[in-house]
Amino acid sequence: MATTIRTVSLLPAFPFLTQLLFLLPIAAGLFGVLLPALGYLPDLGGDQFHFEVFRQLLEHPALLHAVWLTLFSGIAATFISLSLAILLAAMLSRASLSGNKNNKMASLFVIVRRGLIPLIAVPHAAMALGLAFLVAPSGWIVRWFSFLLMGWETPPEWVTVQDPFGLSLILGLVLKETPYLLLMILAALPQIRAQEYIRIGQSLGYGNLRSWLKLVLPQVYPLIRLPVFAVLAFSLSVVDVALILGPSTPPTLSVLILRWIDNPDLSFRFLASAGAVLLLLLTLGALLFWRVSEWLLLQKWRNWLSNGKRGNGNEAHKLAALSGLLLLGTAFLSVLGLAFWSLSLRWPYPHVLPQRWTSRNWERHWSSIQETSFTTLELGVIAVVIALILVVGCLENEQWRRVSFSFRSQWLLYLPLLIPQATFLLGIQILAVRLEMDGTFLLLVWSHLLFVLPYVFLTLADPWRNLDTRFPQIGQCLGASPLRVLFRIKLPLLLKPLLVAAAVGFAVSVSQYLPTLFAGGGRFATLTTEAVSYAAGADRRVIGVYGFLQALFPWIALLLALAIPRWRFRNRASLL
Amino acid sequence: MKNIFNYNHGTESGTVSKTLNFIIFTTLFLLLSSFSVSANSWEDIRKKAKGQTVYWNAWGGSEEINAYISWVGSRVKEDYGVTLKHVKLASTADAVSRVLAEKAAGRTTNGSVDLIWINGENFAKMKENGLLFGPFTDNLPNFKLVDFNGKPTTLLDFNLPVEGYEAPWGMAKFNFVFDSARVSETPKSIPELLQWSQRHPGRFTYPHVTDFLGSTFIMQALIELTANPEVLNRYVKSKVEFSKVTAPLWSYLNQLHPLLWRSGNSFPSSSSVQQQMLNDSELDIALSFNPSSTSAAIANGSLPESARTFVLKKGTIGNTHFVGIPFNSGSSEGAMIVANFLMSPEAQMQKQNPDIWGDSTVLSITKLSEQHQQKFKALPLGVATLPPEKLGPTQPNPHPDWKNQLGAEWQRRYGQ
Amino acid sequence: MLKLENISLKIDGNPLFSKLNLEVNAGQVKTVMGPSGCGKSSLLAHLCGTLPSVFQTSGKIILHDKTLDDLPPHERKLGILFQDDLLFPHLSVGENLAFALPAKIRRHERHDKIEQALEEIELSGMHERDPASLSGGQRARVALMRTLLAQPEALLLDEPFSKLDQELRGRFRKLVFAHAVKNSLPTLLVTHDHADAQAAGGDIIAL
Ligand SMILES: Nc1ncnc2c1ncn2[C@@H]1O[C@H](COP(=O)(O)OP(=O)(O)O)[C@@H](O)[C@H]1O
Ligand SMILES: [Mg+2]
Repeated sequence: MATTIRTVSLLPAFPFLTQLLFLLPIAAGLFGVLLPALGYLPDLGGDQFHFEVFRQLLEHPALLHAVWLTLFSGIAATFISLSLAILLAAMLSRASLSGNKNNKMASLFVIVRRGLIPLIAVPHAAMALGLAFLVAPSGWIVRWFSFLLMGWETPPEWVTVQDPFGLSLILGLVLKETPYLLLMILAALPQIRAQEYIRIGQSLGYGNLRSWLKLVLPQVYPLIRLPVFAVLAFSLSVVDVALILGPSTPPTLSVLILRWIDNPDLSFRFLASAGAVLLLLLTLGALLFWRVSEWLLLQKWRNWLSNGKRGNGNEAHKLAALSGLLLLGTAFLSVLGLAFWSLSLRWPYPHVLPQRWTSRNWERHWSSIQETSFTTLELGVIAVVIALILVVGCLENEQWRRVSFSFRSQWLLYLPLLIPQATFLLGIQILAVRLEMDGTFLLLVWSHLLFVLPYVFLTLADPWRNLDTRFPQIGQCLGASPLRVLFRIKLPLLLKPLLVAAAVGFAVSVSQYLPTLFAGGGRFATLTTEAVSYAAGADRRVIGVYGFLQALFPWIALLLALAIPRWRFRNRASLL
Repeated sequence: MKNIFNYNHGTESGTVSKTLNFIIFTTLFLLLSSFSVSANSWEDIRKKAKGQTVYWNAWGGSEEINAYISWVGSRVKEDYGVTLKHVKLASTADAVSRVLAEKAAGRTTNGSVDLIWINGENFAKMKENGLLFGPFTDNLPNFKLVDFNGKPTTLLDFNLPVEGYEAPWGMAKFNFVFDSARVSETPKSIPELLQWSQRHPGRFTYPHVTDFLGSTFIMQALIELTANPEVLNRYVKSKVEFSKVTAPLWSYLNQLHPLLWRSGNSFPSSSSVQQQMLNDSELDIALSFNPSSTSAAIANGSLPESARTFVLKKGTIGNTHFVGIPFNSGSSEGAMIVANFLMSPEAQMQKQNPDIWGDSTVLSITKLSEQHQQKFKALPLGVATLPPEKLGPTQPNPHPDWKNQLGAEWQRRYGQ
Repeated sequence: MLKLENISLKIDGNPLFSKLNLEVNAGQVKTVMGPSGCGKSSLLAHLCGTLPSVFQTSGKIILHDKTLDDLPPHERKLGILFQDDLLFPHLSVGENLAFALPAKIRRHERHDKIEQALEEIELSGMHERDPASLSGGQRARVALMRTLLAQPEALLLDEPFSKLDQELRGRFRKLVFAHAVKNSLPTLLVTHDHADAQAAGGDIIAL
């Protein structure tokens, strides 16, 4: 008995540890942004507090437009991604209902799902670069068009990438966020017994889509709200995609901030910090706006839920199929374009295929690839294992001690996802130097944890909380200790979300650029630091090599995460 | 121990003062050796450097440059036992940031950056904020081979005296790149560029001013358009002066922008992106800051065989790029070894070879040995590189103050 | 003997029921009856020690002279059957049973015990079967056997018959009560169904 009391009483250590892990750098990061925003940064001669910097910020000629662009692209990208994810999820659940098996449409949807989910593994920057090549006026699509039909000597003067409204930026984000939200929805469905509700809805004469929208969505949305928020916050503060696909005069606020940070005139740090504070406020404002809109929509929706209209939703079905295929095709061609570039020596306009092929790009980088791949793998695995242990510990704590992880500490976890990385990390860096930890592997893992852990938590928390509590209860009544219940019942039952969370965490770790650079003191080269520094040189051939590899690792991790539970539970019908 | 010797601008008195330095130094060294912190004699530097690891933070966007840096690494390992690690940056500001954070946190030794590739504004700001170690270049034997007379920008970086805080590494000169398959006639002046654009709307643009080449283009235009370009060599005296001096530039740009790619509503984010657009046939004329980079780009397949370069009749802006050592480097001796090796005839020759990188030397060829002179002369020029006599005069880079204010004003006018 | 002394349950300060006193002797079945929502399941969860913290409780639970209130759930030795069979979906039928078997029973004996148990519920040879592939009646029997294999000292029944069809229901009821008597387990049944309460035979306490 003493041992079990001990195991349970050890649990509060997990949230405590996690909070400590986050509180320190976040406090340092926030102060590192706030103080300079208020004019205080003694090393640059700022030794007084004032609001001058904010006045300067508000008077900045590009600010208003940048703010507008940021809000528009961020909110639109999130809205479109969510709508598409919902539509696709609804169609996929229809496809997986028996009786539709030999439907042509159904198999189409299976292809869409098989293809879309792995896309969450492709890093944003790689996808954006691929997309930029695909849709540029001299890009792949135009080349095919010109080759087959028009025979243009020079590229048409179209405004595609970097268009002033940020539409290509939105497309780039949608390409990445739709699969992520889709995965989150699909992972949440089994917990609410979606299939049964759909059957009930259908038996009441509602079409598949309507059953889904009226019965499943209201239950599933609360489960994916946090991921939606994460997507919104990410879309508002994204830097790399906005740099590649977004407009430049002016750019989004985050790119503007980055420009100020990159300005050799160090006094621009003040402005950058104020900008970061503004971006933080905008993000919080957008989250609030989203929440309020949700509520307003719900008011409208309540009527709609029970108005009795049935309809078959065939139109939506076609729309979903079309958009799913379009999304998949675009993403696939973007990545394929990069792969072709990595094998080309010269590929000028208007050639639809490389003029000269070569393996030189790969050979040249082979030794660097081996080294950086190992660091990437090592870092990702360690960060993910630590994150999983901490997250599972926190979730167990909330269940055993029947206290929910407080709202405040949860927001603490998500803060790293909400604060613009570049400025936030400056504060962390100062802290690290003070602690004599900069440039150490430990700090590097820690900095990755700041971003890996929230995503792991986000992915795992809902499945964990929504696991039928009677399973662990009955386990206990059968005499199993908490630890045994954890290892024999919970972890196996949650194997799939657990592995998916690990894969998502790994993908997040792989894609970290600024944290790796800042915390690693430039001493640890990963595939991403390599890819980003080559992206600065805009040579698609090298970018192709690293972008492809950058996508490959998380992709393999995700495939494993999906395949292992399938294999493990191949004889367990209710877990497939 | 702080370097107590004044930096010497002259070249003739260099050897004398070197000898003098040496004598004074040895005396002082014997006196102070018990608590000497930094070494000044080359032998001493070599000794201390052995076994050190130097983290060189340098822009990592080019395969060619990265390959060259890794060659440097193998050479300094061989000759001096110094391990060189290239920290590939997407932006030099990242490294400046790191040094700044270290200073803010009170880290005065063992900083994470040992050597940094900088010039111009980054240098000005690092120096101004006390982020640089030095002066150190007088300690480097190869420093005296530098062509101070022929290449004054090795001592004046954007009109700021270098004062030994950074070691010259390579020469840059503004030039235009064009595709000779599509362009037959090239403009010879800034006004002619406007006329060319009128005839070929949408086929030229320049990078966003946040890119160094974008701001250089603006300054290039200003030098040619303003009545008294000399004022650009010092700081901006007043707002009135600024608007008076720059007025012709804005009226020029107002005419030029509607004729640019996407009617000047959008600009490539960097010169690398712009080069790619030239390769993609989206543009006919692009910009470069290295007269032989175009040949190198043709050789590695990133520009068409028909790419060529041209300069302006009245000359173009030229400058020097350098390496500096942060104030808190724990391997400053190793860093000096590397900086010195970079100025060696061997390294400079390798660098100037267009098949390797094609970056012009900072050395004075006449100061070199006969054998080295021959080798330098034997270096291939590259198909698209103009011979030195056709490169035209070199204009100094305006004072960073002008660059800052021009950038801000550009942003106000066109950046929204 | 299972004894409840002055058990009260409140939820957010609103009492569900108060001062419930009850004694069930070995081999005896007692039934607590009440409409849906009156707190029957909560009562059993309280006995098991798995009641969520939104509830406030008072009173004492005594099993064979031992007070259970401060014991963690897995040391209370109370077997429970729910309306749903709750077979662990990731384990095979045999593994579900083995999970319940105390660890001190070793290899061969374990195996034999499970085979024996399967035989007892007419499922011999189904060790490797996926629980999802069993019929409702079969699953209910596995759930019962699983509960018994944990060697409980009392049996709690939370409407375990209500989901089964008429015919199965009668048979399963008999099976459960027979096992309760055979193992001399004090048995507490909660239900809203009169037929179930009647079939149990013992006292009926209304909640
Ligand atoms: N976890 C819970 N949180 C809040 N209220 C609950 C919870 N579980 C049950 N209740 C409430 O407690 C009351 C008793 O529920 P329950 O014991 O399940 O009733 P019965 O089993 O008698 O149908 C109900 O009103 C129910 O809504
Ligand atoms: Mg109940």
